[in-house]
Amino acid sequence: MPTTVPAFGNEAADRLASMADVTASDAALRRFLHGLPGVDAVGLQARAATLGTRSIKTTAKANAIDLAISMIDLTTLEGADTPGKVRALCAKGVNPDPTDRSVPKVAAICVYPDMVATAKEALGDSGVNVASVATAFPAGRAALPVKLADTRDAVEAGADEIDMVIDRGAFLCGRYLEVFEEIKAVKEACRRADGTAAHLKVIFETGELQTYDNVRRASWLAMLAGGDFIKTSTGKVAVNATPPVTLLMLEAVRDFRDAVGVQVGVKPAGGIRTTKDAIKYLVMVNETLGDEWLTADWFRFGASSLLNDLLMQRHKLSTGRYSGPDYVTVD
Amino acid sequence: MKNTVFEYAPAPESRAIVDIAPSYGLFIDGEFADASDGKVFKTVSPSSEEVLSEVAQASTEDVDRAVRAARRAFEAWSALPGSERAKYLFRIARIIQERSRELAVLESLDNGKPIRESRDADLPLVAAHFFYYAGWADKLPYAGFGSNPRPLGVAGQVIPWNFPLLMLAWKIAPALAAGNTVVLKPAETTPLSALFFADICRQAGLPKGVVNIITGDGSTGAALVGHEGIDKVAFTGSTEVGKAIARTVAGTDKKVTLELGGKAANIVFDDAPIDQAVEGIVNGIFFNQGHVCCAGSRLLVQESVADEVLESLKRRMSTLRVGDPLDKNTDIGAINSAEQLARIRELADAGEAEGAERWAPSCELPDSGFWFRPTVFTGVTQAHRIAREEVFGPVLSVLTFRTPAEAVEKANNTPYGLSAGIWTEKGSRILWMADQLRAGIVWANTFNKFDPASPFGGYKESGYGREGGRHGLEAYLASNPKASEK
Repeated sequence: MPTTVPAFGNEAADRLASMADVTASDAALRRFLHGLPGVDAVGLQARAATLGTRSIKTTAKANAIDLAISMIDLTTLEGADTPGKVRALCAKGVNPDPTDRSVPKVAAICVYPDMVATAKEALGDSGVNVASVATAFPAGRAALPVKLADTRDAVEAGADEIDMVIDRGAFLCGRYLEVFEEIKAVKEACRRADGTAAHLKVIFETGELQTYDNVRRASWLAMLAGGDFIKTSTGKVAVNATPPVTLLMLEAVRDFRDAVGVQVGVKPAGGIRTTKDAIKYLVMVNETLGDEWLTADWFRFGASSLLNDLLMQRHKLSTGRYSGPDYVTVD
Repeated sequence: MKNTVFEYAPAPESRAIVDIAPSYGLFIDGEFADASDGKVFKTVSPSSEEVLSEVAQASTEDVDRAVRAARRAFEAWSALPGSERAKYLFRIARIIQERSRELAVLESLDNGKPIRESRDADLPLVAAHFFYYAGWADKLPYAGFGSNPRPLGVAGQVIPWNFPLLMLAWKIAPALAAGNTVVLKPAETTPLSALFFADICRQAGLPKGVVNIITGDGSTGAALVGHEGIDKVAFTGSTEVGKAIARTVAGTDKKVTLELGGKAANIVFDDAPIDQAVEGIVNGIFFNQGHVCCAGSRLLVQESVADEVLESLKRRMSTLRVGDPLDKNTDIGAINSAEQLARIRELADAGEAEGAERWAPSCELPDSGFWFRPTVFTGVTQAHRIAREEVFGPVLSVLTFRTPAEAVEKANNTPYGLSAGIWTEKGSRILWMADQLRAGIVWANTFNKFDPASPFGGYKESGYGREGGRHGLEAYLASNPKASEK
């Protein structure tokens, strides 16, 4: 039996079952989550800042840029989204630079549930996934049956991945078991008729959870409930992904794998716009988790404008000059 | 943890920014001059053993000349209004900021420390010290040392090689702010940044003789400390030399401050923020290759979390990048000298021979230069040499404890008393521990944090007097005016 199994595999359920005692009741779950080691905010921020000073140049930079492109969930989540806009984004995701076929494709296109079918059709067998936000994204303020219907709708339309939001209200009230059960229910709703399932990303909206201790608790809560990925933010509030929050979540998935033997992915989202920022995140993954997480299966960037900056930097590295925003496509 | 997918390409900081002359004289009375007997010594880069420059070896005669120059300069300098002295100090601080990249590269070359640290720790703190004490220069009557505190006169200052320019700043900034003049001797293995500082003094238009820099070995330092013409001795370095200095000045009216060795305990309780504690342990002992007097060289970890902490620590240690100090991604640079490397090896070997278990991550070391892997010893007891003697290198000794009282007892069970660290989420325990620990600096949930406003100094064999902050002025002021009237 392997020491580590992926969260999205069938064996993960057995591993999670071994933790059933901590999720048996609200009280047990609270005791467990509050028994996790605390987070010293100053120390966490200092570590993230130090990792941010790594100097990534030449070949390492070229390598990092391609890696980052391949990890992007290229996102459009606007009320004004149209099938035309989604199709344009899909074309871009499959072939980010029309003048350079060596650019890798992105990991997924991330849309609202009603655009899933359009995206699925546009992407075809390109290998780029369709990710859909669901569960009354971004606020999550809807009844559970509505959230589950939202999820099933997206899965039926062909979504490969579901990005759900947790009920921050319940979490901040301390109703951890309620949040846990809801994630489990959404995970169940991700199942398809053929027995496969869409991968589930659990969004915490860390800008609303506020404290680092809350982020660590939410991470363990989501992983215990079967989340395949843990994700920082919706991109819809004032504070989205930050390096310290992401570092903390990387530490949480590391600790979870050590303790439970299940590997979970991490997705920072919102506010990551530049190549420089993206490389800082990759450095954090590299020095906290190493090779095993440095693929699109285990690390994603939720971003929209990041891709163009990566393309411009890629262009600059290969040609020695900066091409400017008119040389990448605006979608 | 494997790291083959994303390997960092070399990212060397350019050496071109610093122009090191083939030879340097002594900086006395505003001029560079050769030693009276023409003697010189070489300073090498510890990461490559390349000779960087030849530096004058000051003789007793040179020391005398420097002290006389400082004495001549004292009258006018001390008579300046504080606000005028402040202008010079502010100017020096600004020049240091402007030349900080150059000085950081120089420091990394001469000392062996990684550029990340000289750039992000040493140089910002150097400038901050001058800015801080510049601010005090016209406020001395309000510093709490009487309404008319007077400078002492000429200060003889001897500094170590671990933070060459920073230790210079700790010594010179408060001395000048208080109206003293100085003769400073940098360490034999790291004279260059002090000589560059001499150039900065000229650039700032500092009156000649206010700062004099004399280079040389221990004999030069002894001549300076023993010179009749100085009023104050400030020393940072080993306890052994500190004791010799205390004997030398005993019976004279020289004021003394000594900042000596340490064997700090970094105490981790079971309710500590573990990830940050591990960072603090790494920062505590591997910062500056462990060449830090306040290094957290003894890890005291509560038994209930010892395995967890050690596992995390080892994992973290295996990500430390050891190598070229000028590479911006280097975490651990070169050991400062062959002599120091031999000392570290001797103590590490003793640790093994005495039964402690040695562990170091596998990492390639450069072929030339002086190198030592970051090393941790487990199964260490209070009786081991590595738990008692200062290694002054990247070697951590791990001991365990069961209760807070035992932690205090073990932490205090050392002839030293410079610093300590406490890691716990419980605020009341931090306060209780800080009260019990006999250490001049106690860090809570952090380690090796420095600030010019915060006093620094030791208990017991770690020395006496305080540097930094308002307290740091006391070492350079006499509240009784008579002391300066000689």
